[in-house]
Amino acid sequence: MFADYTWAELGSIFAMQGFAGLILFSVLLLMALGLAIIFGQMGVINMAHGEFMILGAYITYLTSNLFSTYLPDLFGIYFFIAMIFAFIGTFLLGSLVEWTLIRHLYKRPLDTLLATWGLSLILQQLYRTVFGPREVGVTLPDWMMGSYAVSDSIEIPVNGMIVMVITLVITIGVFLFLQKSRRGKQSRAVVLNRAMAGAVGIDTARVDRFTFALGCGIAGIAGATFTMIGSTGPTSGQLYIVDTFLVVVFGGAASLLGTIASAFSISQAQSIMEFFMSGSMAKVLTLLTVIVILMLRPQGLFSLKVRR
Amino acid sequence: MLQSKLRSLTPKNDVISFLILAAILLVALPLLFDIFRLNLIGKYLTFAFVALGLVLSWGLGGILSLGQGIFFGIGGYAMAMFLKLEASSPENTKIQSTPGIPDFMDWNQLTELPWFWEPFHSLGFTIFAIFALPALFAYIIGAAMFKRRVGGVYFAIITQAIAAIMTILVIGQQGYTGGVNGITDLRTLLGWDIRTDSAKYILYFVNSILLLATLVVAQYIRKSKLGRLLVAMRDSEDRVRFSGYDVANFKIFIFCVAGVFSALGGAMFTLQVGFMSPSLIGIVPSIEMVIFAAVGGNLSIFGAVYGALIVNWAKTILSESYPELWLFAMGGLFIAVVLAFPKGLAGIYESYVQPLLNKKFKSTQDK
Repeated sequence: MFADYTWAELGSIFAMQGFAGLILFSVLLLMALGLAIIFGQMGVINMAHGEFMILGAYITYLTSNLFSTYLPDLFGIYFFIAMIFAFIGTFLLGSLVEWTLIRHLYKRPLDTLLATWGLSLILQQLYRTVFGPREVGVTLPDWMMGSYAVSDSIEIPVNGMIVMVITLVITIGVFLFLQKSRRGKQSRAVVLNRAMAGAVGIDTARVDRFTFALGCGIAGIAGATFTMIGSTGPTSGQLYIVDTFLVVVFGGAASLLGTIASAFSISQAQSIMEFFMSGSMAKVLTLLTVIVILMLRPQGLFSLKVRR
Repeated sequence: MLQSKLRSLTPKNDVISFLILAAILLVALPLLFDIFRLNLIGKYLTFAFVALGLVLSWGLGGILSLGQGIFFGIGGYAMAMFLKLEASSPENTKIQSTPGIPDFMDWNQLTELPWFWEPFHSLGFTIFAIFALPALFAYIIGAAMFKRRVGGVYFAIITQAIAAIMTILVIGQQGYTGGVNGITDLRTLLGWDIRTDSAKYILYFVNSILLLATLVVAQYIRKSKLGRLLVAMRDSEDRVRFSGYDVANFKIFIFCVAGVFSALGGAMFTLQVGFMSPSLIGIVPSIEMVIFAAVGGNLSIFGAVYGALIVNWAKTILSESYPELWLFAMGGLFIAVVLAFPKGLAGIYESYVQPLLNKKFKSTQDK
């Protein structure tokens, strides 16, 4: 199958395909980061995670409309403001959901799963009622469009690079936050030993609410970022949820490094296979491989030793 | 000895519940509704098979599978493949470029029947497959997971992922599976036209009797030592393990039983509704099946039947007249069941209706 191509063409194909894989990696990692905090750290199954992402995307859409109508001069930078709005909006909704729903269910993980699924149905219908059933897209400022030509045959899209940079920044930010900041240390302490954390004076209920809301907020940023590469519809969130959960589980639930490694291997495997077969078969094979590996190694790629 | 065994298997309340349900299914509903509505009820009842399997595996065993649609699909597709082959005899399909193969294969430029379709020419094999395939598939999933002590949340996520994979596969391999439209235009079963009203009546009764038989099997499992062990495992797995039982094998067994029940439901669905499509096996239908069991009460085998009936009936009514409201209602139902009624309808019945009945019953007896 390679005979028809020259070496130079093959090199370009692999470079482009590899770059497509890197963009997919950024997308998967961004989606999984929020979940890695909520599911990996807290053990809460949030089936509405996709809907939080979509909320972020819709907030970005609204912000872009707002800027193009009232502040056309500043349209070039609206995206970063939209990201902040998306974070705040999803963070607030996350705290509300934790307070009304999740906090009653910490000891019943399977029930959380069903309740958050119910929440995701309600949010979907809400989006459909408010924004209509059709997918919406945002207009990007000029500097975010087009592509950068590395050589004659290799072109790299600018929005793809921006997605990668955002992912990098957010990932480092989350890592530093969890490792270094006071809040981050508290939330890790609560995960490791709730009773002891409470005994040394950490308000575990407040830490729980903050951690959950933070995960939702990061989902919102992920959603905002998605608007650069795709359109948003009421049910878009559901498409991502299985992939996202598999990334987190495959990485080893409580390990941020594992999440990064698993997002990388899943995305590269899929984009390389997509070149040889249809997209759906590539996806089937990737997911199957992940599941088989998980059956052989249920704790995931990287596992944190925790006494429970 | 035998008598005492029988008595322990059939507590009085359960016998009464069983008789009431049988009377509703076999007498009341056929008298009350015309064949169109009755056919719809028959369709709802096929989901009761799945809910029943979930009561055993989730309610008793604590194993929540979000992939019961897989098994529903295996049963449904097995039956659909048999019916489709019968419907695409060379005489019926002589306008195709390759007569004798299902129409969607012809549209996808296939020139011969794929090998895995061949055995489905035989009804005997098809019925065997409806029992054996889901059991085998459930065994493989169960053995891989439970032997390594993977359970709970992880099991739920992985079964959900498998359901997603199955859907992508079925939709992607259009030439072999009929793609997103599924297998449609099914006509006869061994020459007997299943689309007529009389056939629909007969199929409704076959379905109901099969469901009642499945209930008996479920009751037997529930009251047997296995059922008690499952409950013990759900509540304290380590204790059961330390008492010398092989926990994994019991879990695998009950998961297989749940899978076979679902496949039976799927096969009856195909027979009554006349098609099978990937929209019934994916993530969304699979998790809806869980809510049927949850609304009925995940510990009550009778609740499962009522849960499937009521939720599906509400879905039809609401999505006919207020399509916007349906998802709100469904979402609210999930949250309400979890937060307010963890034991579902059966729990409400046990804690409110039954004491009232007992009181009345006792007071009339005393007189």
